[in-house]
Amino acid sequence: MHLGPPGPEPIGLGRFGEFGGRYAPETLVPALVQLEREFRDAWSDDDFREEYASLLSSYAGRPTPVTECHRLSERLGVRVMLKREDLAHTGSHKINNVLGQALLTRRMGKKRVIAETGAGQHGVATATAAALFGLGCIVYMGAVDVERQALNVWRMKLLGADVIPVQSGSATLKDAVNEAMRSWVASVESTHYCLGSAMGPHPFPWMVREFQRVVGDEAREQCRELLGDADPDVVVACVGGGSNAIGTFAGFIDTGARLVGVEAGGLGLESGQHGAAVERGVPGVVHGMRSLFLQDEYGQVLEASSISAGLDYPGVGPEHAMLAASGRAEYHAATDEEALAAFQLLSAIEGIVPALEPAHAIAWVAREAGRTIAPGSTVLVTLSGRGDKDAAQVAEMLGELE
Amino acid sequence: MNLESHLRSRRDGGAKLLVPYVTGGLGREWHEVVRAVVDAGADAVEVGIPFSDPIMDGRTIQEASQRALDLGATPVGVMDAMATIDVPAPLVVMTYYNLVARLGHERCARHLRQCGVDGAIVPDLPYDELDGWGEAADAAGVETVLLAAPTTPDDRLAQICERSHGFVYGVSLMGVTGERDELASHAGEMGRRCKAATDKPVLLGVGISTPAQAAQAAATADGVIVGSALVRRLLDGGGPDEAAAFVRSLRVALDS
Ligand SMILES: Cc1ncc(COP(=O)(O)O)c(C=O)c1O
Repeated sequence: MHLGPPGPEPIGLGRFGEFGGRYAPETLVPALVQLEREFRDAWSDDDFREEYASLLSSYAGRPTPVTECHRLSERLGVRVMLKREDLAHTGSHKINNVLGQALLTRRMGKKRVIAETGAGQHGVATATAAALFGLGCIVYMGAVDVERQALNVWRMKLLGADVIPVQSGSATLKDAVNEAMRSWVASVESTHYCLGSAMGPHPFPWMVREFQRVVGDEAREQCRELLGDADPDVVVACVGGGSNAIGTFAGFIDTGARLVGVEAGGLGLESGQHGAAVERGVPGVVHGMRSLFLQDEYGQVLEASSISAGLDYPGVGPEHAMLAASGRAEYHAATDEEALAAFQLLSAIEGIVPALEPAHAIAWVAREAGRTIAPGSTVLVTLSGRGDKDAAQVAEMLGELE
Repeated sequence: MNLESHLRSRRDGGAKLLVPYVTGGLGREWHEVVRAVVDAGADAVEVGIPFSDPIMDGRTIQEASQRALDLGATPVGVMDAMATIDVPAPLVVMTYYNLVARLGHERCARHLRQCGVDGAIVPDLPYDELDGWGEAADAAGVETVLLAAPTTPDDRLAQICERSHGFVYGVSLMGVTGERDELASHAGEMGRRCKAATDKPVLLGVGISTPAQAAQAAATADGVIVGSALVRRLLDGGGPDEAAAFVRSLRVALDS
């Protein structure tokens, strides 16, 4: 496989419009400066790109296919295609980013990586790359997520990582990011922080988008083949921190496609129990970036709430905040209940068990088909991961509902 | 009171500087704690405005922040309470940038000044991102203290020392706040590097936990900031008396 050309760099200290920036404790700033320089050099270095591309194909199984969903399309009256990141090694798009950052870690001469994880997919991907490259690996994970994603905790340990449950705050992804950052402040000279989404201080939002753009670049080509040289009318992806969505959007930003990010609607936006940072957040500066965050009137960050650990985050990456402000992309929410229904629907009529995160994207398409998505439209949905990790949790919930 | 000139005159008079940290809103007696530590020999006091996600803080200050928030502490509430603390020492707030940004730079700076707050430390607002806040704080007369870390290269250290007002905050270790058994090996070097770069007062902070460590750290710097070790005593149920006794022990160690 070959990589498409690099995308545009943010301006200045990682600005995406008024969002982004590098709001990090002084201890970390020199490492972020170094990382920015190393990434910029590496990303225009043919040898680095070749090695990255070869890992993506020979190790991660890229390119992943685009699958036409005939039965779902018939049901919804729109033509649905799935970009199958669930088929990538380790079961989600997270591997794309992690392999790139692992190569950079080696290039910087660091021997150890730390990571935060929500659903555990980024933790598993990081532990996998650490095993492959012989790096030490510590993963911070909210104690609540350790419970609900037990399978992934076990996988990380099997892969040789230490998993540290984080008890503070809401004990979910936000708190795992806090703890990973604190740990990085203490270890930055020897350790790379392998951040798992297109968020955080510059250069992470840019770098992670570039490592994920392979999703969108491939999908665009694949859609052209399926659609007789046309682009899809609508491109949809779920948004936690925003990495699978921004990687997908990167491939279609200059087409006429309607770009839609689907956030966690939790128990409904009116309930206040959700993770819809774009729809309901306000500008602020948290986790090293200026972006949109769920916060109270004083600026205290609110706890997000979602059935899916990977979307259970009260912020969003800064490029999404910019795309929302400019109107180039739109952001909507799907509730826990809708996601659960989509999880079952896709399993039953396509034989594909999605992770709960992209089940939100499917749910939005199912809701809007025939409404804001005109009948007969072509819709590409990024299926960012597979549902094995969620099976136990969903089985339990459905059991309770019965 | 001008923070920098106060600290300079104390230093130039031969004293080692002592700045304790107290979490604002932690218990009903927190203003009494501020008064008590000044009586016990503090040269200035750092008051934390609690934030939900303090990434430069370890367990003790995280817990104190959460407890203060649970007790209803708000940024403006802490500032207003500081206006009622009449002590012969400058007061400095330490908080995170999201709270400042939410209030708005000008409004936050003006309110701090109106409440008699002399300086501000915002650890997640590094030198290169200072612009909007830095200007507003300068205009309002709030001295913004910048942090220098063991990882800061020399050229950047010079810029930080130049731009910092009040004093220069040298981070004495690789890590976040919290008590440590020993003074970090970085402390001496950090003090020496900052002192070589500026004649502004240089204080070392983060991790300094005992009178002996304070004295050792002050050997290469102008003084120390002590946070978690004091806050832990408050979390454990201590009040103004316990705080004063601990600060007095730090003062004695620094003076001998
Ligand atoms: C399968 C899957 N999709 C999506 C996400 C959300 O992350 P992002 O928004 O960065 O793609 C996660 C995060 O854990 C995930 O595991």
